[in-house]
Amino acid sequence: MKWDMVIGIETHAQLNTRTKLFCGCRTSFGDDPNVNTCPVCLGHPGVLPVFNIEARNKAVAAGLALNCRINSMSQFDRKNYFYPDSPKAYQITQLFHPICSDGHLTITVKKDNTVYNKTIRINRIHIEEDAGKLKHAGADESHVDLNRAGTPLIEIVSEADISSADEAVAYMQKLRSLFLYAGVSNCDMEKGNFRGDVNLSLKPAGSKQWGNRTEIKNMNSFKSIHASIISEFKRQKKILENGEKIVTETLLFDIEKQKTRPMRSKEEAHDYRYFPEPDLVPCHISNAEIKNIAASLPELPDAKFKRFTEEYGLNSYDAGILVADKHLAAYYEKAVAACREQPKKICNWILVEVNSYLNENNLTITDFSLPAEHIGLLFQEIGKGTINGKMAKEIFPEMIQSGHKPAAIIKAKGLQQVTDDSLINSIIDTLLAENPDVVKQFKAGNTKVVGFFIGRVMKATNGKANPKLVNQLLNHKLK
Amino acid sequence: MDFSKLTVKKALQEIKSGNLDPFELLNYYIKNIEADNNKPTPLNAVIKLYKQQAETAVKKRSPEAPLSGLPVLVKDNFHVKGQETGCASRILQNYISPYDGGVTEKLKQAGAVIFGRTNMDEFAMGSTTEHSLYGPTRNPFNRDYIPGGSSGGAAASISSGQSLCSLGSDTGGSIRQPAAVCGAVGLKPTYGLVSRYGLVAFGSSLDQIGPVTRTVEDSALVLQHIAGYDQRDTTSVNRPLPDFSNKLNHSLKGKKIGLPREYFTKDLNEEIKKAIDKVVAFYKQQGAVIKDISLPATKYAVGAYYIICTAEASANLARYDGVRYGRRSSKAASLQDLYFNSRNEGFGSEVKRRIILGTYVLSSGFYDAYYVKAQKVRRIIKNGFNKAFNNVDLILTPAVPELTAGIGEKTDDPVKMYLLDIYTTALNLAGLPGLTVPCGRDSRGLPLAFQMVAPYFQEDDLLHAGHIFDKENNFQDLL
Repeated sequence: MKWDMVIGIETHAQLNTRTKLFCGCRTSFGDDPNVNTCPVCLGHPGVLPVFNIEARNKAVAAGLALNCRINSMSQFDRKNYFYPDSPKAYQITQLFHPICSDGHLTITVKKDNTVYNKTIRINRIHIEEDAGKLKHAGADESHVDLNRAGTPLIEIVSEADISSADEAVAYMQKLRSLFLYAGVSNCDMEKGNFRGDVNLSLKPAGSKQWGNRTEIKNMNSFKSIHASIISEFKRQKKILENGEKIVTETLLFDIEKQKTRPMRSKEEAHDYRYFPEPDLVPCHISNAEIKNIAASLPELPDAKFKRFTEEYGLNSYDAGILVADKHLAAYYEKAVAACREQPKKICNWILVEVNSYLNENNLTITDFSLPAEHIGLLFQEIGKGTINGKMAKEIFPEMIQSGHKPAAIIKAKGLQQVTDDSLINSIIDTLLAENPDVVKQFKAGNTKVVGFFIGRVMKATNGKANPKLVNQLLNHKLK
Repeated sequence: MDFSKLTVKKALQEIKSGNLDPFELLNYYIKNIEADNNKPTPLNAVIKLYKQQAETAVKKRSPEAPLSGLPVLVKDNFHVKGQETGCASRILQNYISPYDGGVTEKLKQAGAVIFGRTNMDEFAMGSTTEHSLYGPTRNPFNRDYIPGGSSGGAAASISSGQSLCSLGSDTGGSIRQPAAVCGAVGLKPTYGLVSRYGLVAFGSSLDQIGPVTRTVEDSALVLQHIAGYDQRDTTSVNRPLPDFSNKLNHSLKGKKIGLPREYFTKDLNEEIKKAIDKVVAFYKQQGAVIKDISLPATKYAVGAYYIICTAEASANLARYDGVRYGRRSSKAASLQDLYFNSRNEGFGSEVKRRIILGTYVLSSGFYDAYYVKAQKVRRIIKNGFNKAFNNVDLILTPAVPELTAGIGEKTDDPVKMYLLDIYTTALNLAGLPGLTVPCGRDSRGLPLAFQMVAPYFQEDDLLHAGHIFDKENNFQDLL
């Protein structure tokens, strides 16, 4: 039997504000336990929260990046539960009046050999505080670290518009890319500041009736999101095909076993007793403030994609790869700025030569020491005919290593192309004389043999001959 | 100098002019408190004395500060850095405050000397000051009677000559009702006029700090130095402060005072009614216009109040879990035990009752029927007052419905105790300022009082009306 997946994702992204959501403590990561705390985030008696305006502005920026409606009035609520990582025993969040509603984003998904776009609707974005961390030391000892308690999060709730593991990953990747562009979150998945909960149900292919869903909590890698969906799909399919019912429950994904398992039983189902937070006045934002935030946003991926295809003539696949990473796109644009004539070739160079260097050395583009301008300069040299593509590849490692400009390396190494007609002609003459059979073949109409002579000329000049010129001269001689 | 006749105003004048040594004044109150503690049935108004800290504060005081050298007591739910903020609860026993509250800071800046802490119902939950870890406080006029509550310690300290000014907190009448019962002047300012930062929360949307003093004039004087915006309390209001003493000696001629008929039903004790009649006659004589008005939602106030305050309290008191501070049960083998036993051993029965009540009204399935309904009632009550204030300048009501109860009389039936707040809770729901002023004694010699209500932030008018009565009648000299 064929089944359709119905997937909605709740994503938590930590806002990269300097201070916590409701107090002045720092939000830095990796400090000694409990150093970034104060009476407010420790939940002492008598303290009151004060809403961090920077967090509000970043949440609004996130909403604008996701084409949301920004609500002029939003409000905080208390979500009550007891756990040692929650100092007040309630989390301040926004249930009834979130800051952003009704947005959407477009994902590009590669399926087999085709690529398609799909719009995923965003139900809401709300602001909330993160909990602290527990460190368990043996069976009967646990330590509480409240450095993270009170750091600002946004939760992005998608509609159930996602229909496959690939789409889910594309959605998360797009979301992450948008937030990095908008500068609202560092989205560092390893540090857990970008994580997703997947809600998944199955329905018979084409059916309109949704089934019971399960929620797979707290995944912080694209790999586990993908794998968990595949695994949970199989699990639900098997249950349904046995004629049984899916139990609505919360699951965790076990990466080792590549299987989902129940997080808590139904008996422990929480009643969070939400009610409006009386310690905080409603959060208001004016149209002028929203406009200011919109104006401060950089060019976002969709607009950049459009520009890259139109302005630089890139194909959508290449443009998509560049744009997906804000830093890669910026690097590319800097390189192009130094050589406006070759935007496509520069793109190829970055996607092939630069990327393979980065992969081999386990680097990211932000760690790459080579100034982007130098790649533009390299293409200027090719354009001028000083060097050819093959030579460019040869000097590239040296450019990276030394940091010198290509012209300097070419000069120092004496790598200039041989553009001397008479020298090339004399080589050609010798070659033609030595290979009368091949010349005959050419005369008989096998023009492909030109390649044989080009190769020989390049060899004789140690690859320094200008291939274009060689081709020209050869054709002239053979005629 | 006869210290027993001193007021805040007089004391400050005498200190300033050099006729009164603030050390002597401080010692006078400390001696009174200590002497009373040695009596067979002590009043038990003051539960913690900070002699050394107070003496240092007197030494270090700046003579120019407006309240320089004024000894002040605070309720046990105020944060004073280095003092034990206990809320008369076992669960906070030995908790030392790591910070100064907003009002504490203002008092210190104004030169006041905080020399001790007054008894209260545990976490301000109660109307009799019998629900305290330290045992009941008694009425200075007759020690077999309750002092009202929850700021019973503050009220009793004033009329027994243990303090000139004691600060309390008022969630449903907790300043006004005990002041009325103890023959002192009690003021609950408009919600938002005084910072709640550093006041241990009971009902966050209702709590407000205010002074208990011997005279209305003193009330105005002290309010001047505790009121004002505090950026750490976003519910405090950023507006310029009037001079609260400015209008005190104006004429009352033409002022319209409303008598809400819902406050003068058969539920009102006859003796109290007669006393109020005399107050009304006085105001008429002063040229005020007395008007019959209606506040139709009055009878729903206590019900709505006990839903909202318990709902908020259930979340506010959830942080006392034995994890980070306060009392942790020694019988804590598991996390669950730690929560259950710490809270079970730490909270008294009235607090438990309210936490359970509040948890219930917020629980899923009951939220709309209780909490949402109560908020609607709250809105209606607010609107009722606003409408009434279209026609009158002030509203005059009894402070309590019945004669003061004996110790132990109200502890068996909590609803009986809750009904003591029948005339005071509506103001907290609406956020309006209210003042209770002594106006005589009942047949048993216990004090009687009336309550005056003014529109939002019109404490100057409120204190004006109260002062005119107070000045002419001098009921503070009863004891």
